[in-house]
Amino acid sequence: MELKEKILKRLPDAGFEDAQYPTVTVEPDKLHELASMLCREEGYDFLVSLTGVDWGDSLGVVYHLARSGNPLDMIVLKTATADKEHPQLFSVTDLWETANLNEREAYGLLGINFINHPDMRRLFLNEKWKGFPLRKDYDASPENNPLSIESEPFSDKLRSLSFTTQGDIIEKEKELFGKEEYVVNIGPQHPSTHGVLHFRVSLDGELIRKVDPNLGYIHRGIEKMCESMTYPQMLHLTDRLDYLSAHINRHALCSCIEKAVEIEVSERVEYIRTMMDELQRIASHLLGWSAMCMDMGALTAFIYGMRDREKIIDIFQDTCGARLIMNYNVIGGVMYDLHPDFQKKVKEFIPYMRKIMKEYHQIFTGNVIADERMKSIGILSKEQAVSYGVTGPSGRASGFSCDVRKHRPYAAYGKIKFNEVLREEGDTFARYMVRLDEILESLNILEQLVDHIPEGPYQAKTKPIIRIPEGEYFQSVEAARGLFGVYICSKGDKSPYRLKFRSPGLSLVSIVDLISRNEKIADLIAIGGSLDYVVPDIDR
Amino acid sequence: MFDFKVLTQWIDQSLRALNLPDFGVLVIELVLVGIALLAAYAILAIILIWFERKICAWFQCRLGPNRVGIFGLLQTFADTIKILLKELIPINNNDKILFYLAPFIVILSSMLSFGALPFGKGLQAIDFNIGIFYMMAVSSLGVLGVLLAGWSSNNKFSMIGAMRSGAQMVSYELSVGLSLLTMVIFAGSMQLSQIVNQQADLWFIFKGHVPALIAFLVYLIAGHAETSRGPFDLPEAESELTAGYHTEYSGIQFGFYYLAEYLNMFIIAAIATTVFLGGWQPLHIPGLDGFNHVMDYIPTPVWFLGKAFFCIFLSLWVRWTFPRLRIDQLLHLEWKYLLPLNLLNILFMALIVIFKWHF
Repeated sequence: MELKEKILKRLPDAGFEDAQYPTVTVEPDKLHELASMLCREEGYDFLVSLTGVDWGDSLGVVYHLARSGNPLDMIVLKTATADKEHPQLFSVTDLWETANLNEREAYGLLGINFINHPDMRRLFLNEKWKGFPLRKDYDASPENNPLSIESEPFSDKLRSLSFTTQGDIIEKEKELFGKEEYVVNIGPQHPSTHGVLHFRVSLDGELIRKVDPNLGYIHRGIEKMCESMTYPQMLHLTDRLDYLSAHINRHALCSCIEKAVEIEVSERVEYIRTMMDELQRIASHLLGWSAMCMDMGALTAFIYGMRDREKIIDIFQDTCGARLIMNYNVIGGVMYDLHPDFQKKVKEFIPYMRKIMKEYHQIFTGNVIADERMKSIGILSKEQAVSYGVTGPSGRASGFSCDVRKHRPYAAYGKIKFNEVLREEGDTFARYMVRLDEILESLNILEQLVDHIPEGPYQAKTKPIIRIPEGEYFQSVEAARGLFGVYICSKGDKSPYRLKFRSPGLSLVSIVDLISRNEKIADLIAIGGSLDYVVPDIDR
Repeated sequence: MFDFKVLTQWIDQSLRALNLPDFGVLVIELVLVGIALLAAYAILAIILIWFERKICAWFQCRLGPNRVGIFGLLQTFADTIKILLKELIPINNNDKILFYLAPFIVILSSMLSFGALPFGKGLQAIDFNIGIFYMMAVSSLGVLGVLLAGWSSNNKFSMIGAMRSGAQMVSYELSVGLSLLTMVIFAGSMQLSQIVNQQADLWFIFKGHVPALIAFLVYLIAGHAETSRGPFDLPEAESELTAGYHTEYSGIQFGFYYLAEYLNMFIIAAIATTVFLGGWQPLHIPGLDGFNHVMDYIPTPVWFLGKAFFCIFLSLWVRWTFPRLRIDQLLHLEWKYLLPLNLLNILFMALIVIFKWHF
C-alpha cells in the first residue's frame, strides 16, 4: 500500500491495523503532523467523525477521515494519552473546521483538553457539571450532580491552550461577547429553532455580527446509555435521535450490527428498508419545506406540506403501527411484514405527490418575495461545506457530492437508477431547491422498487443476546439531513464498549455562525429553515 | 334609500321633549353615540376574527372553527370571554406607566378614526370638514402605542419589533396619505359626506380614470402595510421575534392589541370604501334606471359593510398567500416604488382635474 509507505517514511513508529477500514495509530505528539499530512497532501479533507474514547488506561480520540471526492473511502486515525489527570491532545481545528464542536464535545464528555483549540467550553454540559460522563469511572449517582433549580449563568469565557516559544503550555481567556454588544437570545423557547436550540446572537441593528450556538438542552446521553444496553435494546434509542429520519437512523445501527456479526438479511428486507427510508426522506423533506416556509411567514404553505406528509405517515401507520417513532427495523430484518395495502397506497401516492409538487413551486418558489429572501443569502462554498463536514441536502447545495447512497450503495440502492441532486450556488435557495428535487428523486426510487418487492422472510433468525466480536465498526447511511454514521467499538460483550452516532445536525449547526454573519435577523431564520436541523439529533 | 337622519332626529326631538337643558341633551346623545360605537367596535372585531379564521381555513384546505355554535359562530365569543378572564401577568423591571398606557393609545387611535366613519346615509357620528385629514392624523397615533410598548417592555425582541414598526409606519403613512390626497384633489373636498355624495352616480374608482385606479392599488398595499399584517407583519414577525412588540403583554392588554389590529384592518378597508368605492352609495350605472332603482332598496349600511368586507377579503387573500418581507425589501418597496409612483400619480390626477378629462 502506497499510503502506508508514505506514512511510515514520515512516522516510522506508526502502528497499522487492517480492520474494516485501514487504521493508523500514532503517539499524541505525532498526531497533528500525520493529520496535516493526510489533509493537505493526500486529500483527506473531510473529517467524517471524531470520537473520544476512554480506553481504560488511556484516553484517546478516533478520527474517521475521507476524501471529499469519495466520502466513504475512509482511513481511521487513532491516538491516546495515558495521562488521565490532565489529558492533553493536539487540536485539528486548523485542518478541519468540523473538529471545533466535536472536540468541544470530547472535552465536555471525556475531559480531554485540546491544545490550540480556540474555544474550550464544554459542549452539552454546563461548566459546573462534576465528572466526565463518557469515562468508564464516572459516578452517575444523582447526589453528585443534583438537580439545580437556580438558573445557571452561561460561561462566556473562551479558554484556549497554546504553546509558548519556550515550549510551555499557557492558558488564555477571551470574552465571547463584548460589554457593548447587543446580544439577543434566539431560543431555547423560540418558534423557529425547531426545538430547544439556543442561539445567542450579537446584533448591530438588524444585522447579525456573531452567533453562538448553545447546545445540550435535550442532551440525554444516548451514547452513554447504549453502553449499558444490549444491542436489540439500544435500537429504540436511534429513533429518538433525529425523529424525522427514525427509519434511516435505525437502519444504520441495524446494518452496522448485522455486518459485525455477519447476519445475512434477505433481499425482501433490503427492499422494504430502502422503500421505508425513501418514504421517510420524503416525509422529512416535506416537513423541512413546510417549516421553512412557515419561518418565512407563509403559513398556508406549511399546512399544505403537513397535509401531504400525513399521507406518508398513514402508510407508516399501516405497516409499523406507529406514526413518528416507528421502531420498525430490527437486527436481521424488520419487525413486521408489509401491510397488504402498502403497495397500493404507495402507488397512489407517487403520482399524487408529483402533481402536488408543481403546486408547491407555484405557491412559494416563484414568489418574488421568497426569491429575494433566499437567493444569494447564506452562501456556503464547497470548500467550507467539506471542511465543516456539512453533508446531506445542505452539502449538496454547495456542490459537495456526498450522497452515501451513490458512493457506497447499501440495501437496495445498488440495484436502482437515481440521480444525486447537486447544485453549485450554496445559498439558501439552493438548499431549498435540492430538498424539493430530492423528493422527486425519492419518488423515482420508490417507483422502481414498489412493483418488484421479492418474496422471502422479513426477518432473519437471531439469537436473543447478540455479541459483537471484538473490533471497531463504522457504518454510514444517508439520512434525511446528511451522513448519519454509527461507530461501534466492541470488546466482545453483549453491549458495546463505546458507541458513537455521527449526527449530521452538529455540522449543520456549526455553520450557522459562518453563513449568517452580516445578514439580517430574518435571514438567520430563513437560513435555519434551509439547514433544517433537528435538535435531538444534535444533542443526542 | 332610508335616511338614518329620521331616526337620529327623532331621538333628538324626544329628548328635547323631556324639557332637558340643551347641555343635558348633548351629554345624553354623546353617551348614546359612544355606547353605540363601542358596541359596534366590539361586535365588528368579533365578526372579523371569525371571518378571518374561516377565510384562512378555506385557503388552507381546512374547516376552521366548527364546534361552538353553527359554523363556529360562537367560537370568537367564547375566546373573548376567555381572554377577559385571563390573568394580567405583571412584569418586573419595566416602565410600569408606559407599559400600561401603551395598549390604550393603540385602541384609542383606532377608536377615534372608527368614530368618524360614515356607515350609512345619515349614519355618521361626526362629519368634519377635514374628515380625511382627521382620519390620517388619528390613525397614525397608533404607532406611538406600539413604540411605547416595545420600549417599556424592557425586552429585546419587543424593542426590535417596535423599531421595525416605527420605520414601517412612518414610511407607509406617506403612501397612504398621498394616495388619499390624489382623491382629495379629484373630489375637491376633505369632508367625508361630500366625498360620498359626489359618488352617487358613479364611484370614484370608475370616475377617476387611471390615476384613481393606481391610487386605489397603492392605497390597498400601503394600507395593508399600515395594519402590520400579512406579508408586512415585521413588527410581530412571529417566527423571528416571537411576538414582537406585544411579547410581554397578557390577558386583555394583549387583547387590546389584537382588537386594534382587526379594527385597523376594518378602518383601512372602510376608508378605501368611502374614498374609492362610493362609501354607502349603492352601485349605480348611468343609463340603467331600473337597475339603479333596485339597488337603492338594499340598505346603505349593507352596501358600506359589504364593500368594506370585500376589501378585507383582498387583504386576507394577500396575507395568507405571501411570505413575509424582509425589512430592507419593505423599505425598498415604499421608497423606491410606491412613493415615486404616487407622486407622479398626483401630478397626473391634477392634470386630469385641470383639463376636465374625467367623466
